[in-house]
Amino acid sequence: MHIHEYQAKDVLRSYGVPVPDGFAAMDADEAKAAAGKLPGPVFVVKAQIHAGGRGKGSFKELGADAGGGVRLARSADEVREHAAQMLNNTLVTVQTGPDGKQVNRLYVEAGSQIDKEFYLSLLVDRATGFTSFVVSTEGGMDIEAVAHETPEKILTLGVDPATGFMPHHGRAVAKALGLTGDLAKQAGALAGKLYTAFMARDMEMLEINPLVLTGDGELRCLDAKIGFDSNALPRHPDIAEMRDETEEDAKEIEASRHDLSYIALDGDIGCMVNGAGLAMGTMDIIKYHGGAPANFLDVGGGATAEKVAAAFKIITADPNVKGILVNIFGGIMRCDVIAEGIITAVKEVGLSVPLVVRLEGTNVAEGKKIIEESGLNVISADDLDDAAQKIVKAVGGSN
Amino acid sequence: MSILINKDTRVLCQGMTGKTATFHTKAALEFGTKMVGGVAPGKGGSSHLDLPVFDTVLEARQATDADASVIYVPPLFAADAICEAIQAEIPLIVCITEGIPVLDMQRVNRALSGSKSRLIGPNCPGLITTDECKIGIMPASIFRKGSVGIVSRSGTLTYEAVFQTSQQGLGQTTAVGIGGDPIKGTEFIDVLELFLADPATESIVMIGEIGGQAEEDAAQFLADEARRGRSKPTVGFIAGRTAPPGRRMGHAGAVISGGKGGAEDKIAAMRDAGLRVSPTPAKIGETLVGLLKGQPEEAQPTAAE
Repeated sequence: MHIHEYQAKDVLRSYGVPVPDGFAAMDADEAKAAAGKLPGPVFVVKAQIHAGGRGKGSFKELGADAGGGVRLARSADEVREHAAQMLNNTLVTVQTGPDGKQVNRLYVEAGSQIDKEFYLSLLVDRATGFTSFVVSTEGGMDIEAVAHETPEKILTLGVDPATGFMPHHGRAVAKALGLTGDLAKQAGALAGKLYTAFMARDMEMLEINPLVLTGDGELRCLDAKIGFDSNALPRHPDIAEMRDETEEDAKEIEASRHDLSYIALDGDIGCMVNGAGLAMGTMDIIKYHGGAPANFLDVGGGATAEKVAAAFKIITADPNVKGILVNIFGGIMRCDVIAEGIITAVKEVGLSVPLVVRLEGTNVAEGKKIIEESGLNVISADDLDDAAQKIVKAVGGSN
Repeated sequence: MSILINKDTRVLCQGMTGKTATFHTKAALEFGTKMVGGVAPGKGGSSHLDLPVFDTVLEARQATDADASVIYVPPLFAADAICEAIQAEIPLIVCITEGIPVLDMQRVNRALSGSKSRLIGPNCPGLITTDECKIGIMPASIFRKGSVGIVSRSGTLTYEAVFQTSQQGLGQTTAVGIGGDPIKGTEFIDVLELFLADPATESIVMIGEIGGQAEEDAAQFLADEARRGRSKPTVGFIAGRTAPPGRRMGHAGAVISGGKGGAEDKIAAMRDAGLRVSPTPAKIGETLVGLLKGQPEEAQPTAAE
C-alpha cells in the first residue's frame, strides 16, 4: 500500500527524521492558512498524488505555460493562487500515464535552500533477504537511469537482521554520500532512524529522493515515498487508515474487498483463474493465441461460491470485456464450487459475452455436470490450449 | 527413490485443529501419509482425527519422533510457528500459509541459516512423493508414479505440470512447490541438486515466474553442473510474459521492478543453459516428451509485439 508524500513525512517525523515543516491542505483557503503557519519567505506547493515526476508534469486543463505539480511561492496569496489552479485539475506525469490523476490534496511546505542533492532508499533485497540501503550522490534523478548509466555511483548495503542497524552501516552510508565531519554524523544518524522506521512499520520501500544538504548545513528529506507491506497492515491500523482509495482502480478496490487479487489490463478477454502462476500463464496463452487479456484475476485457493460470483461481477463490469475465460485447476478449490459460483453470478448479472470454461482437478466431473445442466450458454473446453483458442476465436481475435 | 519425503516420513501438523488444516490432514491420511500428531497451543493432551495433539512442537517431536512438520497457521503467527519448528530441530518444515509479512520472513530466513532444518515455502502448495507421502494441499488424484521431478514457484502451475506428465504416461517421482514469496526457505537450486542426485528422477520440469533472479541462478547452476557431467533432460516454463512491470501479480514475489525480473530474461537464461522452454503452460508435458524422444525443438512464435 502506498501513501501520500505528506503522510510519509508525518511517519518519518515521528521517528525524528529531519523533514521540512509543512501542512496538508484540501482546499485553496486551507493552503493559504498553511502558508501563514510557516516562516517563509519561500513556500512550496506540492500536488499529492501517488505518482512521481510531479514537478515536470503538466495539468490537462491548464495551458502549456502553466506550472507543474510542484511550485514555488513567495507569499501566502501566491500559495492560494497555485492551490486554486492545481486542485481538482488533472496532473499528467511520466508515471501517471496519459490519463493523469486528479489532484485532491496539496502539501504546503517551507522552502529549502538546496546546496546539494543525494539519493537514499531502503528496500528488502530479495537476493540476500536483507533490508538494504541504496545510496547515491546522484540525487533528484531517476535512480533506475543512474543504475543503468553509472552503476558505480550507487552503493547497496545490506543490514543483517541478526544485528540490526549498527554504527558502521551509518559510516558506510555517509562515505557513499561523500560526506565528512559533522555531516557524516548527521547522515549516519539519519540512516539509523530511517532503518528503525522501515523495520517498525513493515515498509517494503522507503525512498528519499532527493535528500538535500541545505544552505545552513543540515541534511533534510525533501521528498519521501513509502510503500507498506500489505500483509503486515493488520498490525498497523493507523497506517491502514492512511489508504486513499481515490488513488486506486475502483475494480481493484472492489476485488480487494472480496480478498481477490485483481489487476486491470487493457485487453478484451476477462480471465478468472485460481492461483497467481496459472493466472499469469493464462494471460500468456491468450496472448500466444493472438488475444489480449483484460485483467489478471486470481480467485485464490479457498474461494467460495460467493467469492467466485464477486469475481465474475467485477470482470463483467469492465466495458472492455468482450469474452470471459474461466480457467480453474482445482486443488483446494473444488470444481463444483466454481461451477456453482459461476451459475449464481450469471443468473444474477446476466451474460452478454461469450464464456469459455475450463475445469480440471478435484471434483471435475461434478463441476462439468453442474455447468451442463444449468442450461447456460457456456462453451466448454477440454484443456487450457483448447480454452484459450476458443475464447480468442469467440471475441474475434486473430488465429 | 524420491527426494525429501517418502513412505517412512513421519509428519506433524502445526495448527492441526483449524478448518483448513483439518481438511488437508484428512486428505493426507487418506493418501497414506504417516501423520503422527498435531500441535495446537492450549489443546495439548486432546486428540484430533485420532491423532495426539501437543501444546508445543518440541513435545510433539519428542513424543512422535517426527521428521517433518506442515504449518497451516494464520499469516501473522506463521513466522513464530516456523521458528518454533526450527528450535525443535524438525528436519523438514513445510509452510503452506500465504501472506506472511516479508520482514517476518527475513528473520525466519536468518534463523534457518546454520540450523538443522530445511524450510519449504511459505505460500506454497507443499510436496508429494507419488504413492508415498503427501505434505500440503496438492490434489493427489492427478499424480502417477513415474520418473519426472517437478519444482515450481506456482501452486496451480505445478498441478498443470503434474497433470500433463501423468497424461503423457511419464509420471512423477516428487513434485515440490517452493512458493511464490520473495523470501523463501528452499530455492530452485536446492531442489534441482536433489533431483540431479536422485537416481529415480530421469527428467526435470522447472516452473518459474516473473520477479527476482532465482530462475537465472538455477539456469546457471544447471549449466555449471552439466559442464561437470551431471545433467538430466529439463523443461522450463516461465509465467508472466504478458505481466505489466511494477505490478504485483498475485504472488508477493511476482513483480518486475527496475527493469529486472522479466520473463524474457529468464527464458533466455534457461535456453542458454540447455533447457527446453515450453511455449505455453499447456505444452509442458508435450515439450518434455519431445525432448526425451530427441525431437528437435519446434520453431516457436514469440508473443506478439
